[in-house]
Amino acid sequence: MKPITLPFTEETIRSLQVGDPVALTGVMITGRDAMHKWMSDTFIKKTRQPQGDDLEVYEAIKKLLVGSAIYHCGPVVAGLDTKQYKFVAAGPTTSTREEPYQGDVMKHFNIRGVIGKGGMGAKTSAACQDVPGVYLHAIGGAASLIAQRVTKVLGVYKLDFGVPEAMWVIEVKDFPAVVTMDAHGNSLHADIETKSKAALEKLLAA
Amino acid sequence: MQDLTEALIELIRFTSTNLPNDVEKMLREAREKEDKGSAAQGAIETILQNVELSRKNSTPICQDTGTPIFLVHYPEGWSARKLKEQIRNAVAEATKKSYLRPNAVDAIYDKNSGNNLGDDNFPSIHFDEVEGDELTVELMLKGGGCENVGAQYSLPNNQLGAGRDLKGVRKVALDAVQKAQGQGCAPGILGISIGGDRGTGYFVSKEALFRPMEDDNANPDLDKLEKQLTEEANQLGIGPMGFGGKTTVLATKIKGMHRLPASFFVTVSYMCWANRHRKMTVRGEEIKYE
Repeated sequence: MKPITLPFTEETIRSLQVGDPVALTGVMITGRDAMHKWMSDTFIKKTRQPQGDDLEVYEAIKKLLVGSAIYHCGPVVAGLDTKQYKFVAAGPTTSTREEPYQGDVMKHFNIRGVIGKGGMGAKTSAACQDVPGVYLHAIGGAASLIAQRVTKVLGVYKLDFGVPEAMWVIEVKDFPAVVTMDAHGNSLHADIETKSKAALEKLLAA
Repeated sequence: MQDLTEALIELIRFTSTNLPNDVEKMLREAREKEDKGSAAQGAIETILQNVELSRKNSTPICQDTGTPIFLVHYPEGWSARKLKEQIRNAVAEATKKSYLRPNAVDAIYDKNSGNNLGDDNFPSIHFDEVEGDELTVELMLKGGGCENVGAQYSLPNNQLGAGRDLKGVRKVALDAVQKAQGQGCAPGILGISIGGDRGTGYFVSKEALFRPMEDDNANPDLDKLEKQLTEEANQLGIGPMGFGGKTTVLATKIKGMHRLPASFFVTVSYMCWANRHRKMTVRGEEIKYE
């Protein structure tokens, strides 16, 4: 496993190749469906006026996201009543739902790492080459194990989105993932899709 | 009538944190089959470590604790209405204890209820009155990632060349697995129903997933198809997490139903490797979990 400290340097990103296992240490933010839609509508496409604490949250997360990673995760969190938050279970969620937004969000915030599961499509792959950035695949369902690598919950934004959809600012140590889309245009997911399609056609013809 | 709320909280904890042994056994076998040092083998290794950790610490195997699906088989004399109330109370309490993630989101106003209680259908509870004096409650926690890749086909399907017979069922089932790729958290388990209307199709395909991993189908034709589908799905090379590899599907479970002359539905429910389902049996004061 290649140890990496967040935020990523451009040099590190360019050195990563599809198939490389990595262990991340540093600060990242969770974000999934509600967050991506909110970012896109309010600050990128600007089809919605900022409301409530929107601008304040935007300024705060902007600083945290530069060069760092966004984690597609809706955790189980203990300590909601006391605000002594602790991640209990925190595996990745399916990333493809963010495909319409991810590339634009990466470019807007200069995000260099997208962590999730199941891979993403052509638009995100193009952004990985432009920013540059990588897509990191965490192990789906490995929620107790990953939660143990979350050493500290530093804060939370937009808790009104609900616990799974809120933006949790977390400190991680040796967070395990595999590079499945790199900054050079390679995607393990595109390869497996093509190969499995050919295998399916063969089986259906039999 | 007995108050089962506490017993039901334990059923939820047990289901969320303790993967059934037969699923774990198959994952161990899969780890040996994958190439040494491959991403596929690494993924299963991490999965197995996570399974052990969750059991030891009583923490959810997966953070997506899914739709709680309860099947209640109750003998005469129990009140379904009261049992439903106890189940709902247990679900809310288990959420407070972090055995479940608050998962009930109002689809119209996008609001998470915070306690896993939604409308009448969330959690999903099904009652069936049975003979004898034993009450059983089965619980399945089915996550959203795998639920999203489920599929229903209306046969014939010209694009896949799938007619209204078991050969056609085979074709659409393999198509569903290929389309799912790694997104349902492979290696998965296929629950397939043949027949029914669209609604019962999905319900029965999930019921099939309650079967033990390594049992045989009582119908020899379906038994043959189950084993063939598992083997052929593994030839697709999707592998654990979609990383490529030999293990895409761990097992296939099929149930046949009756259908309308006009309809021939094949419904595929994909269950992730975190195949969380458990059973509680109540006989007088004695409560047993398995």
